[in-house]
Amino acid sequence: MRKVCVAGVGMTKFGKSEKSSIEMFAEAAMEAIIGSNIKPSDIQCLYLGNVFGDFEEGQALMAPYAAREIGLSVGTPSLRFEGACASASMAIRDAFVAVAGGFYDVVLAGGTERELAMGTPLATRTFNMATEQYYEGMTGLTFPGVFAILSRLYSKKYGIPLSKLKERMAMVAVKNHKNGAKNPLAQFRKEITVEEVLSGPMIAEPLQLLDCCPFTDGAAAIIITTEEKAKKMVEKPVYILGVGQGSGAPLYRQKDFTLIESRVAAAKTAYAMAGIEPKDIDVAEVHDCFTIAEIVATECLGFFDFGTASEAVEKGETQIGGRIPINPSGGLKSKGHPIGATGAAQAYEIVKQLRGEFVERGTQVEGAKIGLTDTLGGDSGVICNILFGIKG
Amino acid sequence: MVTYKLPHKEFNEALKSGKLMGFKCNSCGAYTCPPKINCNECASMDMVVVEFKGRAEIKSYTIIRVSPEGFEGVVPYIVALAQLEEGPNLVGNLVGVDPDKVTDEIIGKKVKIGCKPAPPNVKYCGPIGKDGKLTPEMVAITFSLM
Repeated sequence: MRKVCVAGVGMTKFGKSEKSSIEMFAEAAMEAIIGSNIKPSDIQCLYLGNVFGDFEEGQALMAPYAAREIGLSVGTPSLRFEGACASASMAIRDAFVAVAGGFYDVVLAGGTERELAMGTPLATRTFNMATEQYYEGMTGLTFPGVFAILSRLYSKKYGIPLSKLKERMAMVAVKNHKNGAKNPLAQFRKEITVEEVLSGPMIAEPLQLLDCCPFTDGAAAIIITTEEKAKKMVEKPVYILGVGQGSGAPLYRQKDFTLIESRVAAAKTAYAMAGIEPKDIDVAEVHDCFTIAEIVATECLGFFDFGTASEAVEKGETQIGGRIPINPSGGLKSKGHPIGATGAAQAYEIVKQLRGEFVERGTQVEGAKIGLTDTLGGDSGVICNILFGIKG
Repeated sequence: MVTYKLPHKEFNEALKSGKLMGFKCNSCGAYTCPPKINCNECASMDMVVVEFKGRAEIKSYTIIRVSPEGFEGVVPYIVALAQLEEGPNLVGNLVGVDPDKVTDEIIGKKVKIGCKPAPPNVKYCGPIGKDGKLTPEMVAITFSLM
């Protein structure tokens, strides 16, 4: 297996956009290409995450149109990745596989999504399409609903009263908004308080509005290449040390949803490939689609013992400057969650953290050498973990 | 040739007539419900179709107040996770309980499995029928307190 690196990265401002999915992706992709000091014609394949282009813009077949939009040559294959909210992480993982295995030397990976074009009822319905449809979707279960069910399971299992757990969940939102307020690309650049979270409108009890990430438009892209080429392209290549991906069953087949077995398996694969342990991670971008989701994810990733992560949030261990800073970008919660692009935006943050580029922004995790991205699709149907490091 | 022993259409037709069907595995003894091609525990295809008791215990729930398109007319409604006496979990709508009055006391309560059609405006769920409308086989699993 060859050593694989990230060269350039690119990302649009997240939030409401008047641009098409392809236009947004073109901006992110060209930033990554220019940042890699290469030409579009140097790219050998495009892996593009996009989930609901068909509903958002009536646009299928986005990958080849995106490829030609940015000037990839006519002989360049382009593929669309659909893994619900984990689509772009899947694209990055497959780009890693292709480069590590020696098939390609330079791959463009990323994603794009224009959710706000749909409006809340249709957006909620399309997201619900990622739950199993024949035995689950007909109940009108929403994604906030899935994680609301998880909140009560977690509260019962670990004997943490729901009111206490809700307070700690609110602290996740407060932390991520605090970080996002400093991120010029974030959708919500506004700090919030625990009281504001706990007094917000109820979405799916016990989850309130500010427990939930927003619908978002945006795109992100990264160039994945060999160690040798990356060293020629950029001053500070960032290595991909390990990758892992799991396939989870529908919610009704999960014996204990608090353990998210597809995440435990994906993380184990990634750690083993990299030869590192959870304690070696300096910074992580974790799938905080809902506040409880971040708490459970940090346990499955091995940062905290099962049942203890909410207490760790309360103690500030996941703040920048804490034991393991989680979501310095603001996370999905504050930065926004354009589902086809999210994994690439997480990679964008980690790559720049490892290059030490966020000092001015005030969210630099000092001395960060190893970072992790964690992306979840559906009710944990897809979990994709990617480990990045400044040394190969 | 491999034939799916209990496809969704047959499972839902049975559910509509009051029977919860699933599999018992001849290799490991585990039960699988809703159906799949092989045992949920050991992946053996040596399974027999059996009628389940149709009884479960509520494990968790949520009250949906912001709904997907098509469900606007029925909010608030309860979606619960329940464990069947035979072992597997199901996701269903808790019916016959006022969503504005339900409390955590409901966790641990015994329920009977049933089904109901989705609200009339729900579209694009299951095989896409004319104008995106649902086909008659599509029903939601329900839980009623015993």
